[in-house]
Parts: sequence; C-alpha cells; structure tokens
Amino acid sequence: MAASDIVSATDCGQVRQRAAEYLLKRHRFRLAECLPWLLALAVFFAFPDRMTFGSQVLVMVMFALSLDLILGYAGIVTLGHAAFFGIGAYTVGLAAARLQWTEPISGLFAAAIVAGFVGFITGWFLLRYRGLTLLMLTLATAILLQETGNLRSDISGGYDGLPGLTFKPLLGVFDYDLYGHTYYLYALAALAVVFYFVRRIVYSPFGQALTGIRENVRRMHAIGSPVHRRLVTVYTIAAAIAGVAGALFTQTNTYVTLTVFDFDNSAKVMVMLILGGTGRLYGAFVGAAVYMVLEDYFSKLSPTFWQFGIGLVLVVTVLFARRGVLGLFENAGQYLTVRKKP
Amino acid sequence: MTAALQVERLNRAFGALPVARDINLALERGARRALIGPNGAGKTTLVNLITGVLKPHSGRVLLNGEDITVLSQADRARRGLARTFQINQLFRGLTVLENLCMTIGERDGNCNNLWRSAGSKRAVIDEALDHLEALRLSEDALKLVSELPYGRQRLVEIAIAIAQKPRVLLLDEPAAGVPSSESHLILDVVAALDPDIAVLIIEHDMDVVFRFAKEITVLVQGAVFTQGTPDEIMNNEQVRAVYLGQEGPRGGRHG
Repeated sequence: MAASDIVSATDCGQVRQRAAEYLLKRHRFRLAECLPWLLALAVFFAFPDRMTFGSQVLVMVMFALSLDLILGYAGIVTLGHAAFFGIGAYTVGLAAARLQWTEPISGLFAAAIVAGFVGFITGWFLLRYRGLTLLMLTLATAILLQETGNLRSDISGGYDGLPGLTFKPLLGVFDYDLYGHTYYLYALAALAVVFYFVRRIVYSPFGQALTGIRENVRRMHAIGSPVHRRLVTVYTIAAAIAGVAGALFTQTNTYVTLTVFDFDNSAKVMVMLILGGTGRLYGAFVGAAVYMVLEDYFSKLSPTFWQFGIGLVLVVTVLFARRGVLGLFENAGQYLTVRKKP
Repeated sequence: MTAALQVERLNRAFGALPVARDINLALERGARRALIGPNGAGKTTLVNLITGVLKPHSGRVLLNGEDITVLSQADRARRGLARTFQINQLFRGLTVLENLCMTIGERDGNCNNLWRSAGSKRAVIDEALDHLEALRLSEDALKLVSELPYGRQRLVEIAIAIAQKPRVLLLDEPAAGVPSSESHLILDVVAALDPDIAVLIIEHDMDVVFRFAKEITVLVQGAVFTQGTPDEIMNNEQVRAVYLGQEGPRGGRHG
C-alpha cells in the first residue's frame, strides 16, 4: 500500500513536471523559425532584379501579420482592415507631399501613431458588436475614410493619388536605388522588429486572454476578463502595425492613391491569411508570399483572367485545408510522427 | 452580519412574461443553499441576474454588502462571484491546463501584461496544477478540453470556478448531462468545497439536494414559493403538489 502510494506520487510529480514544461517552453524560439528569415535573405541574393516585388511581399506579410493578431488570435472578424493600411500610407504620403517631411523611419512611427489612434477610436465604438454587424461596420469605416479622401481631393490627390514622392536616404546614408535593394532590406528590418513585438504579445498572458476571447467569450466574462478593453487594446496595436505596413507601401512605391482603402485590399489580406493559416504567426508569411507569387504568375499567364486562378486556389484551400497551408504541413507532420511510432 | 450575497426585490420580464418577480434571497458566508423549481421557473434566469448576464428591471444585488447591481459581469467576477454554466462554457480548443492558467491570470491581473511570456510565472502553473490535482484531473492537464468526455469537462467547469477563489459560487446543475455512473464524482467535489464559500446550487436530483443543502429555496413561475430547511421543504404539502409530486423525491433528472 505504502509502496504504491510512493509510485503514484512520483508519477504525479512527473505528470506535473511535463505539464509545467509544456507551458514554460512553449514561447521559446525554435530553430525552424529561422527558415522564413533565411529565405527572405536568400531571395535578396537570388533575385536581385525582383526587389521591388520582394518589398511588396514583405509589406503584405506585415499587413497580414497585423490582421492575424486580431482575426487569428482575438477572433475579431473585419472587412475594413485596409482603413489602417490606408491611413499609414497617407500619413507618410501627405507628410512628404504637403509638409516636406521625407525622413522614412520617423515616417513609420508617425504612421503607427496616427493609424493606432484611429484604431483606438473606431475600435472603442465598434468592438461592442460582433459577427455580421461588426463586418459591416468595419467595411463602412474603410469606405468612409476613402470617401473623405475623395471629398478633399485637393489635399489627398483623390484617385489620381500623390505621385512622385521622394524620401530622404535611409539613416541619411543609404539612398533609394532603381532596383529597390535598399528598400527590400529596410522593409525586412521593419518586419523583423514588428514580428518580434507581435510574437511577444502572442505568447504573453494578454495574448492568452485574446485566445480565450476567441474560444469562448461568455466564459471570459464569467472569469472576470475586461473583454472590451482587451479587444480595443489589440485592435489599436493591429491598426498601428497595419499603418506601418501602409507607410512602407508608400515609401517603396513612392506614390499612393485612394485605392489603398479599397475593399479589395481588405479582402486580399484576409485571403492571404486564410491561405497561410490563421492564428499561427507564420501563416502571414506563407499566405502573403504564396498569394503574391501566384498573383504575379497568373497575371503574366493571363492579364485579364488571373483572378480565376487565385479564386480556385482559395476554394481548394477552404475545402481541403481549412487551417491553411501551415495547417496542412502540421497535419502532414503529425501523420508522419504517428506512422514512425511502432 | 452582512450576507455574502443578498438579492432584494429583483424583477425582470422578457416582454410581457415576468421571469423574476420580487425575488428576495440571502446567502450567508459558507451557506449551502439549493434552488429548486419546475422547468421554466426562472432558476437559470436568476443566476444570470445575479451574475450580471441580465440586468434586472428593478431590485438590487449585494455582494458582501456592496451594491453590484450596475456592475458588469467581469467586475462582479473580480469581486468574488463565480458561476458554472448549465451547458459547458470552456475554452475547447485549449488544454485543460491553459483553461486554468487563463482563469488564474485574469483573477490576478496577469493578463494585462503584453510583454512577459505566459509560461514565465511558475506560481500560476503550479496553482493551476494544484487545482487539477484536487479534482483528479492531473492526467488530463495537457489534453484539449474538446478531447475529454463530457463528465470530465464538467469537472473542468467546476475547477475553473474554484480557481477564481470565489466567496460566492453559483452552480447551475453541475451534474447535468453526466451519466449517473459518473455523477457521484462531480457531487463529491461539490460536497468537498471550501466551507467558507457561500454556495447556491441549482439541481433537479432531489437526492443531491437533500444531501448537500442546508437550506432550500423553491422557485415557481419566477417568484420565491417558499424556503426552509430540507425537512421543512420535504414535508411542505404545497411544495409536494407543485414540484415534488410530479416526480417524487427520487425522481429522474431533466433539463
């Protein structure tokens, strides 16, 4: 009797230790996480003449990452995320065109602050709603901003946009070059910084609470979570990051038009995220890269019919890989490990 | 002495249908009170009114003497009012351990932190494991809630409520939906709750009610029909007529 008690006590200790280690180690950096960054650097050396396209991919990765924070983790469904992308894009655009503020890095910070502020204000009002209502309200927000820009096209440049913007050299040294090498590395560095922040947030207790809100909001209320405050906080952060992505977009393209606020843009980023897999950080990388490359390939194949290809890929994803490309990899991994066991 | 929970003249209607009519109820510290009544009597509605899911049209709810009638659900929970749901409300896609850590994190305000990693506070994990061990759930700590049989999920539901360290606990049919061969596991846990916690239990199984409760409140059509000790209720002819008579003291469970 006594002996079996001791055995069960050590068993119990082992169970506890294993359980604790799962949580203690979960946030640690895994070696496989180097892969996308190494790939991004490899692209820099392998395709020196496609750097403008490469920068656009990195910008969309950042945009998709900001959406993952609210859609994948907190479960906020929005069709107006382009609003914040657009605000960021216009913050640096207008600052450069109207105020001659052309320093790029401070432009990113300005974009983050302005977009974050708008995210905070709209989020405060809109995040009381969920589901379809929220979908319509976020969509309306983006349209309102776009039409405001259209109304004052004397300032915004309207749908003709703000063309021919020039920005100061990076850090006063690295100038803009024709092939976009500088801006590719600049965008990659900005993405790395943003990614570090997002990763910390996702693995923090706050990030856990967001997952809780996504999983069961009634339970969150019952355990005393200030749900609205949590949602507004993450919405503000995601808006700021989308703003930085928008600012990078303007800086790499050196022009911006009101189409950044388009519904297309909001939908596109959501499609990217679903393609890659929501709620898993790297889904944004995979999704944005796959989408952009497919778009590039299909539009060369058929300039008028390329969206059919994208649509087909999305239908196949939703039918057969509901957790996205990354989910598919995970399933394959699990399948292989199960097979290996005797 | 102020009651742990005091409900004063609570009224609420859904359209023209009154679902709570002048309800008065007091739970002293350490109380063990059962709330019984036929289906549709408004028992779950009363729990929702007390916890703030629903707002009353008139009346007050006091927690340890403090008027909490206008507070949100979350504010009430943070002041020590916990509940379980009649139908499980769990984080199904997370592990059992994460369910508990989340609760402790929100209770202690850890979840306001955006920077520290969630696993870095060993004390939280240890406390969560303690709660699981007390309910013999350690083995399931790393399983997803959705993988557990329903009876085990019911235990997680209670574990979460206990982890909130409540002063008042409202149990809405804790053994509902659990096969009778397993329900004793849940009822043992309920019987072993900290004697300082004031507990209100909604239950249809009269065996459980008479074993667990020191006081019983009978709710009929949204109003308190009568209250008293188990003996008084058992021998009350009117109660027998409206409620017990339908099933007898050993009647089956429903709802």
